Amino acid sequence: MVDIPFDEVAGIPPAEVGEVELYHPHSWWTRYVFSQDAKVIAVQYSITAMSIGMVALVLSWMMRLQLGFPGTFSFIDANQYLQFITMHGMIMVIYLLTALFLGGFGNYLIPLMVGARDMVFPYVNMLSYWVYLLAVLVLVATFFVPGGPTGAGWTLYPPQAILSGTPGQDWGIVLMLASLILFIIGFTMGGLNYVVTVLQARTRGMTLMRMPLTVWGIFTATVMALLAFPALFVASVMLLLDRLLGTSFFMPTLVEMGQLTKYGGGSPILFQHLFWFFGHPEVYIVALPAFGIISDLISVHARKNIFGYRMMVWAIVAIGALSFVVWAHHMYVSGMNPYFGFFFATTTLIIAIPTAIKVYNWVLTLWRGDIHLTVPMLFALAFIITFVNGGLTGLFLGNVVVDVPLSDTMFVVAHFHMVMGIAPIMAVFGGLYHWYPKVTGRMLNEALGRFHFWVTFIGAYAIFFPMHYLGLLGMPRRYHDIGETTFVPASAHDLNAFMSVAALIVGFAQLVFLFNIIWSLFKGKEAGSNPWGAASLEWQTPETPPGHGNWGKDLPIVYRWAYDYSVPGAAGDFVPQNEPPAGLATQGAHP
Amino acid sequence: MAVALVLLLVAVASVLFHIYSPWWWTPIASNWRYIDDTINLTFWITGAVFCAVIAFMAYCVFRFHHKEGRRAAYNPENKKLEWWLSIVTAVGVAAMLAPGLVVWHQFVTVPDDATDVEVVGQQWMWSYRLPGKDGRLGTSDARLISPDNPLGLNPNDPNGQDDIVVQSDDLHLPVGKPVKVLLRSIDVLHDFYVPEFRAKMDMIPGSVTYYWFTPTRTGTFDVLCAELCGTAHAQMRSRVVVQEAKEYHAWLERQRTFAELSGQHDVAKAAYRTGRE
Repeated sequence: MVDIPFDEVAGIPPAEVGEVELYHPHSWWTRYVFSQDAKVIAVQYSITAMSIGMVALVLSWMMRLQLGFPGTFSFIDANQYLQFITMHGMIMVIYLLTALFLGGFGNYLIPLMVGARDMVFPYVNMLSYWVYLLAVLVLVATFFVPGGPTGAGWTLYPPQAILSGTPGQDWGIVLMLASLILFIIGFTMGGLNYVVTVLQARTRGMTLMRMPLTVWGIFTATVMALLAFPALFVASVMLLLDRLLGTSFFMPTLVEMGQLTKYGGGSPILFQHLFWFFGHPEVYIVALPAFGIISDLISVHARKNIFGYRMMVWAIVAIGALSFVVWAHHMYVSGMNPYFGFFFATTTLIIAIPTAIKVYNWVLTLWRGDIHLTVPMLFALAFIITFVNGGLTGLFLGNVVVDVPLSDTMFVVAHFHMVMGIAPIMAVFGGLYHWYPKVTGRMLNEALGRFHFWVTFIGAYAIFFPMHYLGLLGMPRRYHDIGETTFVPASAHDLNAFMSVAALIVGFAQLVFLFNIIWSLFKGKEAGSNPWGAASLEWQTPETPPGHGNWGKDLPIVYRWAYDYSVPGAAGDFVPQNEPPAGLATQGAHP
Repeated sequence: MAVALVLLLVAVASVLFHIYSPWWWTPIASNWRYIDDTINLTFWITGAVFCAVIAFMAYCVFRFHHKEGRRAAYNPENKKLEWWLSIVTAVGVAAMLAPGLVVWHQFVTVPDDATDVEVVGQQWMWSYRLPGKDGRLGTSDARLISPDNPLGLNPNDPNGQDDIVVQSDDLHLPVGKPVKVLLRSIDVLHDFYVPEFRAKMDMIPGSVTYYWFTPTRTGTFDVLCAELCGTAHAQMRSRVVVQEAKEYHAWLERQRTFAELSGQHDVAKAAYRTGRE
């Protein structure tokens, strides 16, 4: 889509913000620890997120052990099971995926992809990470306080979240809410950075409609997060006040263990509205960066431009906007006015249309491509399958009356794991295999990568696809043991055991990945500056890994979109974004 | 080649699993067969899309995977194709949404002849209340809850005196009669869930929620709690017994009213006091 004539460089408007003085580190501490360089902060975010993610992975093993073999493990009881599901969900959604996509991928890729030297507010960017780390530490602390972490479910619904019938009522819930508040403060500092950097610090020629879709995805997700997280912030503060000071924002007149409490007049459902006003956009905060990353992976590794770029951008923006008017589809059976169902079912199913367009355009990008089945490409294909699967079951749950029998069953668990667990994780892995060479200068080991891919993809699918059918059967979620029922056959227990074994295998495969990351850091094949032959700007840095300030002496000038692959008449099968059109003298390209 | 085959296998295995899975709905016992029909319709539409997308992907991987000398086509966009695909998708979505909303309208429209039945959730047990001869339930208030009045019924409400109170026992319902289930909780969120009835709804302290259904076959059905309510959430069980009208009325005769229960308490208390003095 070379839609602007490039007779001369003078025709390209200057960048919004010209060169600014960078902060330069003076010691090892300010270079690698208290660094203000977005690339270092990105690595810090990623390592922290993946470390806490490993905790959540172990928690998922505990849950699967209990579900697959109930009563076998004496170290798991009903309370602990609830604590495991709560912490697993909270960590995976917020502390791993949100932090990794925005803090990790966002920090690394935004400045490089838009041709900036760094984020526009490097100091605030650094603070963002340290506040995030503090939030993670407070979260981890809940495992060690009396009573342990909260077992209220990751949705933290009051009244039970702060009453004594739920584990972690003393300390766990208080620290959980404090940690969320910290996370949101940290995220806001980072998020403002990402938005302003995309809007203000793009290099000359990098118009919005030439940005790679990864940047579009992360940018839109960040705008959404800045609008959605405040709802969770106020909900957390209010719940904390209810717990600590005895206010009654969410607490009606009620009985606690047979005793009438002093609470009165509050609304439990208000919390649910606030939570899901954040919670639904959160799904897309995780999904949109994945959409962007997958678009770029498919395009690069199929050596073909992304099909329907403009439609893809508008689909991202439309999904982002629509996701703010669908939140109550999580509340169809919450007891809210049932007539809301008509509105929210309609808006929810409308989102399927821009989402479907994205899927069509991904697979149409493969059509007549030159598909290299590299590890990132394999993960991208797996993303499409798991995302389509999870997206389609979303049409069940979004359609209000169909949701009634399925809500609060294992069908929901299977659906959201497929669509915002497995699918985004596929995008994370694809992205890591794809950009690792830029971050470290070395390739990840291909054979280990393929092993990791097949076990993870097939294993995860084998866990979550059959799980839908337990939900159809009527098996409720958040049960540590289904116990005696008339409707669950013995074979369902065998299925549970099978899923648990698959979960253990998939979990161990991640150790292979961790080994690969560390091993390749030292022994990996030298990558060179652009091993995949990618056209977008981050692969055109003068050094690999990119140095401080990213671009050497002069900022790059962008002449085209990020998807000029296999252009008819061009010599190679890709044209970098900063390569001047034929006939334009390169030396004239400096601003 | 191998990759294309595996992708295709994933789709085929999913379809086969769906067809041969022994894990499927419990046989329905209420009038909400329409919900099952809507789910079936949704399975057909989404299943077709799922298979089509994966088959197309697998074909692309098979046909266009990298070979020496292959070069990808260059086609940035195709407005016409994109619009057609959007329209077809919109039609498919409408085909699922429209019947869904029609059934939802039925779900939220309670028939006039439905009998009120109150279900009260508390950590971690179920209680039930049926209207007495007057056909009306008395009022209740969480502030009235005491050991003598565990459901917080209003002792001054004449409508409530003949209400049948069922505690730590099964709920019985007559077959074929529409029921409006009034849901109340006195502590945390719960959800009255009987898989065979398909319908469910959360119960919220401080308000009364509802849904309606008509039991369509006799039998005994498990009641589970479907909204996380604390430690013993998974053990919060009860049963609903759906019976022919005659047996139901025989059961009803044996139950005690709120007045009787509170009277009993008063008598018991008086005896206790007397004995102590």
